[in-house]
Amino acid sequence: MIDALWGWPPPVLDPAGPYSAKVTTLSWSLFALGLVVTAIVVAALYVAIKGPDRWKAKLGGERAIWLGGVAFPGVVLTGLLIWGLTLTASLTESIRGDEMRIRVTGEMWWFRVQYLDADGSVAMEDANEIHIPVGVPVVLELESADVIHSFWVPHLSGKKDMIPGRRTLLRIEADRAGEFGGVCAEYCGGQHALMGFVTVAHDRQEWNVWLAGRRAGAAQAAASPASASEGASPYPGDADAYPTEAELLEQYDPRAGYRLFMDSGCAACHRIAGSDANGLAGPDLTYVGSRRTLGAGILANNRGTMVGWIGDSQSLKPGNRMPSYDVLTAKELGHIAAFLELQR
Amino acid sequence: MIVMALSACVTLVACKEPVETRREPTNDMKARGLAAIERAGCGSCHKIPGLDWPAGRLGPSLEGFDDVGLIAGALPNRPDVLAAFIRNAPGVKPGSTMPPMPVSASEAEDIAAYLYGIDHD
Ligand code: HEC
Ligand code: HEC
Ligand SMILES: [Cu+2]
Repeated sequence: MIDALWGWPPPVLDPAGPYSAKVTTLSWSLFALGLVVTAIVVAALYVAIKGPDRWKAKLGGERAIWLGGVAFPGVVLTGLLIWGLTLTASLTESIRGDEMRIRVTGEMWWFRVQYLDADGSVAMEDANEIHIPVGVPVVLELESADVIHSFWVPHLSGKKDMIPGRRTLLRIEADRAGEFGGVCAEYCGGQHALMGFVTVAHDRQEWNVWLAGRRAGAAQAAASPASASEGASPYPGDADAYPTEAELLEQYDPRAGYRLFMDSGCAACHRIAGSDANGLAGPDLTYVGSRRTLGAGILANNRGTMVGWIGDSQSLKPGNRMPSYDVLTAKELGHIAAFLELQR
Repeated sequence: MIVMALSACVTLVACKEPVETRREPTNDMKARGLAAIERAGCGSCHKIPGLDWPAGRLGPSLEGFDDVGLIAGALPNRPDVLAAFIRNAPGVKPGSTMPPMPVSASEAEDIAAYLYGIDHD
């Protein structure tokens, strides 16, 4: 969630991988240099106001201006530029061929995520969540479907613009498992501030489990997208607080939800692999039930927020490109939410 | 104007004594309650005092909740009932359209404390 960007230390100073570590080095160097320059300016100011006349004359002389006003900043800034570009060159290094590749497309106001094969064809579609294994460099191919966005997951790498009609590259890598929040870092219209995503770094073992889960999910979806996976309760935590199975089905029936999803126009904008829903205007929902967040990184993902989003997304993210479904009853919204929770 | 507002306050206080069961929650509880509300995403359906965003409109506004009569127009207004309602609304009020929410028992208590302790006017 975008929340992951708050707290102390700020993520830029708390790198979770080799690429972001370089950005952190650069940041600290800039802070240090800024301090030195500030100290010099304050010292010069002190001399100019209170220093002996001889020093004052020197400070105001032509030599001081050439040295302190032209040569010093010229040398320091040029050096800094060269050093900074060399230091961070590896972040945008071009594709060698054996890396893991993910295409991320900025859309107003969410992120399309496509896992690519070695030959660059799309192997798996997802949205608003990026899964990577720990210790493996991942090349992101950044694109935009509309206006300029900027991709930034500060724990893992630097910022990179997503430019319409162009493909930019950015490498990310995590050296510890965890969830790392990301945001769009270039103003892109009304809901820019609510355009985020989550990057999940899995350690080796967990990564294999995740991959296997994705494959099984895809197979199950292909067999029957409306099927309720037996025994998997959508309710986490202690079960006794929750309604019985029969009560649940009365109010939250995934099969009814599937029909409503297909009949209410959702399928025109959303894709669910293995079903007839193949719309492309909105985020892919094949794995929406397993997502940490809804609404592009802005809300927790549970039955309540799912119902709230579908029924009333315009109150939560005004102007976003999905209509509020206030023409459906609460029960119908519940059915759809129950269906979407099973898409994982 | 100020005098009018003041006297309005005085009369309000006079006619609405806090009910016995409405404890004055500790600030700790209230802070934990608000954090749980944010984490669970109650704001996706409710306008909640102290929470700028989100402020969904699918459910009733919880503004001034400390002064409501019955919970959701049906249940006795007690902290324990409210905590149970928050976790599993359809379970304690059959037919309620608020979905069960994934909060723990102690989080629900904190949330109830927060909602009751908003403002004692
Ligand atoms: C006109 C196209 C359109 C229609 C119709 C539509 N959606 Fe959406 N939907 C979107 C867009 C666009 C987004 C992304 C909004 C954003 O985050 O800015 C979205 C987001 C979502 C999300 C959140 C996904 C995520 O990962 O954040 C869910 C869930 C969803 N829609 C469900 C539905 C359901 C259920 C229906 C039918 C009742 C529906 N949508 C109808 C366009 C549409
Ligand atoms: C899907 C939307 C939705 C979500 C999410 C949701 N609620 Fe509700 N809530 C409702 C609806 C609808 C009602 C009215 C229920 C009824 O009348 O039975 C309600 C009623 C209530 C009431 C009673 C209000 C009154 O005036 O009597 C409280 C308190 C409440 N909700 C708290 C919460 C809390 C706390 C959360 C988060 C843990 C939450 N709600 C999440 C939809 C929601
Ligand atoms: Cu943006």
